[in-house]
Amino acid sequence: MRPGVPRWVLVPAALGAAFVLLPLVAIIARVPWTDVGTLIGSDASRDALSLSLRTSAASTVLCVVLGVPMAVVLARTSFPGQRVLRSLVLLPLVLPPVVGGLALLYTFGRRGLLGETLEVLGVQVAFSTAAVVMAQTFVALPFLVVSLEGALRTAGERYELVAATLGARPTTVFRRVTLPLVLPGLASGAVLAFARALGEFGATVTFAGSLQGVTRTMPTQIYLLRETDADGAVALSLALVVVAVLVIGVAHRGRPGGAL
Amino acid sequence: MRRAAAGLALALTGALTGAAAGCSAGEDDGTRLRVLAAASLSSTFEELAAEFERTHEGVDVQLSFGGSADLVAQVQEGAPADVLATADTATMDRLVTEGLTDGAPEVFATNVLQLAVPAGNPAGVRGLADLDTGSSTGAGSAAEDVDLVVCAPEVPCGAAAVRLAEVAGVRLSPVSEEQSVTDVLGKVTSGEADAGLVYVTDVRAAGDAVEGIAVPEADQVVNEYPVATLADSDEADLAREFVQLVLGATGREVLDTAGFGAP
Repeated sequence: MRPGVPRWVLVPAALGAAFVLLPLVAIIARVPWTDVGTLIGSDASRDALSLSLRTSAASTVLCVVLGVPMAVVLARTSFPGQRVLRSLVLLPLVLPPVVGGLALLYTFGRRGLLGETLEVLGVQVAFSTAAVVMAQTFVALPFLVVSLEGALRTAGERYELVAATLGARPTTVFRRVTLPLVLPGLASGAVLAFARALGEFGATVTFAGSLQGVTRTMPTQIYLLRETDADGAVALSLALVVVAVLVIGVAHRGRPGGAL
Repeated sequence: MRRAAAGLALALTGALTGAAAGCSAGEDDGTRLRVLAAASLSSTFEELAAEFERTHEGVDVQLSFGGSADLVAQVQEGAPADVLATADTATMDRLVTEGLTDGAPEVFATNVLQLAVPAGNPAGVRGLADLDTGSSTGAGSAAEDVDLVVCAPEVPCGAAAVRLAEVAGVRLSPVSEEQSVTDVLGKVTSGEADAGLVYVTDVRAAGDAVEGIAVPEADQVVNEYPVATLADSDEADLAREFVQLVLGATGREVLDTAGFGAP
């Protein structure tokens, strides 16, 4: 039997739930159901949705490739300045996305820190789909690092130590012990990162621009549509919400017994 | 126990909303005039608001700037406001048809498009012809290499850009269609784009960061800025006086300095 929670907790919990759910109800009440099909089926919307899914998937992969090693280094090693480094790496969490976009622009833009180097290499990031993926990765990466680092610390180092004393090399320990142990944490981190990438707007418009099929993701399309057709924007947001829930649901079901 | 908790929650909500009400009541008991204006009017309306406060003792003019469509949507959803000035007549007309304006809006300024290029004009753009990707004279291929940024057709500056291209008989292939004229200007000032279509007033406000290239055909695509008092205003008389200030000689002078044309 569970010990239960103090009853008074239910009041703020219910208030909190209402605060999140009421706006969702309000937005569903505004959806022009008769036009939903045409709105979502339009070329612009389908391009935006497909671009959003492709770029978010790509940035989630990038987040995993870069974020897992980052989390491992932060959780399993100690070096001078580690705390400062951790705070700095998590900066995109608090940075307004628009400012994040500017920061990316100052780094990878034509006149940015690496701009000249990229130009020599013949790479132009501006106004490309790659810029969208970069913006999404920038804002989503901390989510993966934070949740995975937490999982690593909770899992502890006992099994890793045992494996090491039995003669396993660091790479083997990492592959056979560490990763399997934190797989649920990694999965929820990846889902969080994907969700954040899907909703990313500010950094994308600032850094990548907005052109149908190239850089105009769902959030940008929704924001633009709102200029002329607020109801249409609402319908499109609903489509984004449904897609996000579906994707997260599938990812969730893929992990037996795992809780987000 | 449960009752006590509910009481606590109520007290908490009361305290929070009370604090919010305290904020919105303002620092003094003076009269408030709430003016919503298109983002491109920021500097001019700040000047006019200061002038209005100088001549109307005890009146506090609260300015709120945003995209015209945003502002119109806010009024439609019942945001309290006394005066609204938008960057085009199409957005304002939405309020007129819903009876949310007090009388007919009046046009107080005009604005035309101009080509903005980063300082030093790295791509050597001379005019719209250099950006024409539809021309068969061979200039088209050069135009492909110039990164042009415009507003999306859904927003006023983008609609103007589409009409301008039609009037000038050129085909433009922008690399990005931005949400607002500020976004276009940002791409130009940062050097990401080689050229952008923005308003004359934006070029002037940007100072040395950009260079403006006048487009002769722009005079045929004029954006009109209407101002109106709102039907739900609590300060109808003051609102009308503010509109008179905008329409009058002082308004004209301030707007003129910023580069706005006369209606």
